[in-house]
This record gives sequence, structure tokens and C-alpha cells, in this order.
Amino acid sequence: MTGFAKPLKIALGLAVIAALIVVPMNFNRYGLFILSQWAVMTIAAMGLNLTLGYAGQVSLAQGAFVGIGAYAAAIMTTHGWPLPAAIAVAIVLSFAVGWVLGYPALRVQHHYLAFVTLAFSTLAFLVFRNESWLTGGIYGISNIPRPHIFGIATNKPLPFYYVCLGSLAIVSLAVWWLIRSPWGRAFIALRENPLRAQSLGVDTRRYTLMAFAIGSALGGVAGALYAPLTQYIDPVPFNLSLSLDLLMMVIVGGAGFYLGPFLGAMIAVLLPEWLRFTEGYYLMLYAIAVMLLLIWSPTGILGILDRYMAARRTKAASALRAVAKSRLETAQ
Amino acid sequence: MSNLFDLLVAGLATGAIYALVAVGFTLLWQTSQTINFAQGEFVMLPAFLMLAVMHVGAPFWLAIILGILLSMILLGLAFKMLLVDPMMRHGVLPLAIATMALAIGIKEAVKQFFSAEASPFPSIVPTGDISVLGHAISLQSIGVLVVAILAVVGLTTLLNRTSLGHQMQAAAQNPTVARIIGVPVERMILLTFLINAFLVALASLLITPIYLAKFSSGEVLGQAAFIAAIVGGFNQVRGAIAGGLLIGVLDNLAASYVSTQYRAAVPLLVLIIVILFRPQGLLGRAEERTV
Repeated sequence: MTGFAKPLKIALGLAVIAALIVVPMNFNRYGLFILSQWAVMTIAAMGLNLTLGYAGQVSLAQGAFVGIGAYAAAIMTTHGWPLPAAIAVAIVLSFAVGWVLGYPALRVQHHYLAFVTLAFSTLAFLVFRNESWLTGGIYGISNIPRPHIFGIATNKPLPFYYVCLGSLAIVSLAVWWLIRSPWGRAFIALRENPLRAQSLGVDTRRYTLMAFAIGSALGGVAGALYAPLTQYIDPVPFNLSLSLDLLMMVIVGGAGFYLGPFLGAMIAVLLPEWLRFTEGYYLMLYAIAVMLLLIWSPTGILGILDRYMAARRTKAASALRAVAKSRLETAQ
Repeated sequence: MSNLFDLLVAGLATGAIYALVAVGFTLLWQTSQTINFAQGEFVMLPAFLMLAVMHVGAPFWLAIILGILLSMILLGLAFKMLLVDPMMRHGVLPLAIATMALAIGIKEAVKQFFSAEASPFPSIVPTGDISVLGHAISLQSIGVLVVAILAVVGLTTLLNRTSLGHQMQAAAQNPTVARIIGVPVERMILLTFLINAFLVALASLLITPIYLAKFSSGEVLGQAAFIAAIVGGFNQVRGAIAGGLLIGVLDNLAASYVSTQYRAAVPLLVLIIVILFRPQGLLGRAEERTV
């Protein structure tokens, strides 16, 4: 993305934001639902991108944190609490649980960590399903209210879409700031070479736990928005497949790229809609597309773009060098 | 007491099937650093291949042979050549994620081309009970145990007693040196993929009569096999066997002594405890950390 001139990049970004605000105004109920879902899943995927893409810790539990956030929001708002309070609780709760889940990451890495988080994900599902006094069990929680924001009711699809989009904007800015802060640098150091990071004085223990906790907290935010979006939740959407889907979103978009989750979530949420004409075959086609993409570019779609840009830059740089060299030679 | 005995036998029988799947899983990891998230779907698919062959009109025995051969072509050869080989140089994680996509693909393909409903599957051992020391034991449990034990004994004999097995181990432990002393490493890796495909086809044949053939049954099986492999020791064949038996027994005991709701939680808790306190697994050896 660095190949574009800065003003062009800003103009492009503003155009996309304007389009996200204006274009859906005459979408029908279903189109708005899908777009809202995209915004919510992007938030969850951004959290996982922090944990996986920047800090290099494999997590198969992001779906469980979306579940924790969703249940926190559903339980609180059906008992009369406002949504912002529920979001705050979802953040604190997911942050705390994510912090604890990070402890195994201090002892084990890579695939072991993947399996610990996988086990956690299934355990969380069992709790959602079995603790019916709290979660409604398999019958779930229905009639989840949508919030009033500044006195405006968001019961209709369009206002609630703006709630999701606004939340996405806030989260995006926060993450943008985070990865440019010393914390973000420390996360990347953790991914690239934990031992060297430690020897340079980075407290790897604290940052590993932080990476998990912050990533999980964003999962919680996504969940807290998911509950009022669907207005009904049961345990099924938060099983292991959601965690795997979120992981695929991050990888397909491009892990470790800021825009990766936006793209990955777009593909995972919108592609099935576009492939709807293939009826039952769309998930199969999606799976094949993901495999082909990974064979071609394991760093995802943005990885392809990144390599293309890098190649162009090197070409431009070597052209400049050639010019400079010939000038030097004529000067001699 | 008789209840406990029955539970143990049933647990060992399911555990033996988990062991077969877990052994294949660890073989792939050892020779090619493949973490196969589609292993459960690999167990689900062969039963449907056999059903498809029978649907054309072939007898059951022929369907078994053709089903196993087809599995070895699809889940061994094609899996290695089309997915693992092009992805191997990219490292562990992208390949693991590609196998997750493969799992979705297999599940959806079965749902579309066969059926979304569960289909009954014939058993290779006759149903019924026999009486051993005053206990009624189902013939199916015994049949499963016998076939699984034969398979495991056959595999360990192959690995430990034959030249081919030694070459496979050499290829797994140190491919560079193995290549220098003339071991055809590539062929050995392919062989482990074929063995894995054979093992999952066998497991499919044994477990499907009990749980029916269903497109989604791979999820539970795959997870049980992962847990078995890790609890036992990711880098040891005997670890995977011990882990499989342990998880099978635990699963059955948990079903009657813990609440049925939290039955599935017991193996998961064991997994977390093992990973935290003995990450190399109960029988595994620690892997060095590279700096």
C-alpha cells in the first residue's frame, strides 16, 4: 500500500468511508444485515489480527470471545441495562479471560497453543449450552433490544448499521494507534524473535498476555454488537467453526496487515452471498478458493499486493540507481 | 462393578479407533510437519466412498477394498501432491489453515453429493453379545479392538523391524542425513501419507457402524484424535496409541460418572493440564527450541 502517494491514499480512504455511509441508505433489510455483520466480524478479526498477525500467537478461541461478549450484552440488555454499559462489561470480561488464556502461551507455542485455545473454545461452548440458568441453554436468549444512541432509537436496520459502522470506526482508530505505539512495536518484536526481544528488555511475558487480552477484548466488543444485531442468540453460532472462520478471515485477508481483517471479513461474509446462485456449493467453492489462495500466497491477498509493490519499488530504485550511475560515469 | 468393566471395554474399543487416527496424525507431523485439521473429515469420508461403491451394486467386501484404495488415492496421494507439497515451504501455520479449509470442503462435498442425513453403515463384525467371565461383551467392541490392535502391531512392526520402517524413521528424524545415506526421503514421506490414509479408512470402517455415516461426524472424531495425539505425545507413535486409549476410556467413564452435559469437557481439561505441565505429552520427548 506504500506505493500510492499519501494524498491519493487519504482520498481513497475517504471515498470508501463515504461509500460505506451513503450507499447502504437504499439497501433493503437483508443487505443492511449483511453489511452490519461484516462490520461486526471485522472488529473480531482485527482483534485476532493483533494476537496472531502482530504478536504471532495462534488463537483458535476468538469465536468463544465473540460468544462471551454476545452473552454479556444479551443478558445485560434484556435486564434493562444500556448497551454501552454492556459493551464495557464485555470488554472487561473478555480482557480478563483472554489474559488468563494467555498464560499457556507463556509455556507453549505454535500448535500446542492452537490446541489449548481450541480446547478453551469448546469448553466455552459447553458452558453456553449447559448453564441454562444464565444463558438460556439451547433455547438461547431472544428479544434482545437495540439501543437508543443520543436519544435516537436504532430498532430499524439502517440506524443500527450506523451503530456497527461507528463502532468499527472507533475500533479501527484505536488499533491504528496501538500498532504504531511502542506496544505495537513490542508485539511485532514478539512475533519476529521473542528471545531477541527479551534480551533488548521487552517484557515478553507481559506483552504476550497483553496481545491475548486486547485481541480477546475486541472479540468481546464484536460479540456485544452481534447480540443486538441478530436480536436472538443461542450457543450454535459461537462454536469452534466461528473461531476457525475468523482465523481464515485473518489469514485470507493477510495476517499482520492493518487492512487484512477488513478484506478477509468482506470475503467471508459477502462471498457466500455472491455465490448464492451456486446454491449448496458455495461453501465448497469458498474452501477451494481459500486453499488455492494459500498455495499461491500464504500471506493472503494483501501479501500479493505487498509483493507486487515491493517488486515495483525495487525496480524503480534500481532504475534510479542506473541513472545515478550513468551520471557518475559521465561526470568522471 | 460390572458396569465399570463394560465401560472399560467400550472405552478401549473407541480408544483403539482414536489411537489409529491419532497415530496417522502424528506420522504426518513427524515426516512433514503437517498438522492435519481435516483428520476427522478424513475418517468420515471413506465410509461414504464405501457406501458409494455399494450403491453401484458391489458387495460389501469389494466396497471395503475399493473404499480403502480410493481413500489412499484421495487422502494420501492427492492430499500430498495437491495441497501439502505446494504449501510445505510456506511453513506450519499456512498449511494448517489450508487443511481447515480442506475440512470444510470435504464436509460440504459429502453433504452435497451424498446426503445431509445420517446413513446406516454395515458392520464387519456381527452384532450380538458374548459372555466372558460372566460379563456380556458386545462382539462389535471385541472386533474393533482386535482389528485396531492388529493394525497397530502391524504398523509398529513395519516401523521398528523392517528396513523400510527404519528408512521412514530416518527420513522423519533427520531428512538431510537420511538423504546423504541414500534414503529416498520423498518416497518415504509419500509412504507415511499413504499409511495415514489407510489408517483413517480402517478407522472409518470400524467406527461408522457405531456412530452412523454423517457428514459432520468428523468434527468430534478429529478433536478426539488431536487430544489423543497431544496427551500421548505428539512425536511418538506409542504416545499416540496410549493417548487414544486413555481418551477413549476417559470419554466413556465421564459419560456415566460426570454429568452427560459436561462429558465432553473431561478430555479437554486433561488436554489443557497435560499441555501446561508436560507439553511434550505423557510419553513424548521434548523438542529442542530453535533460537
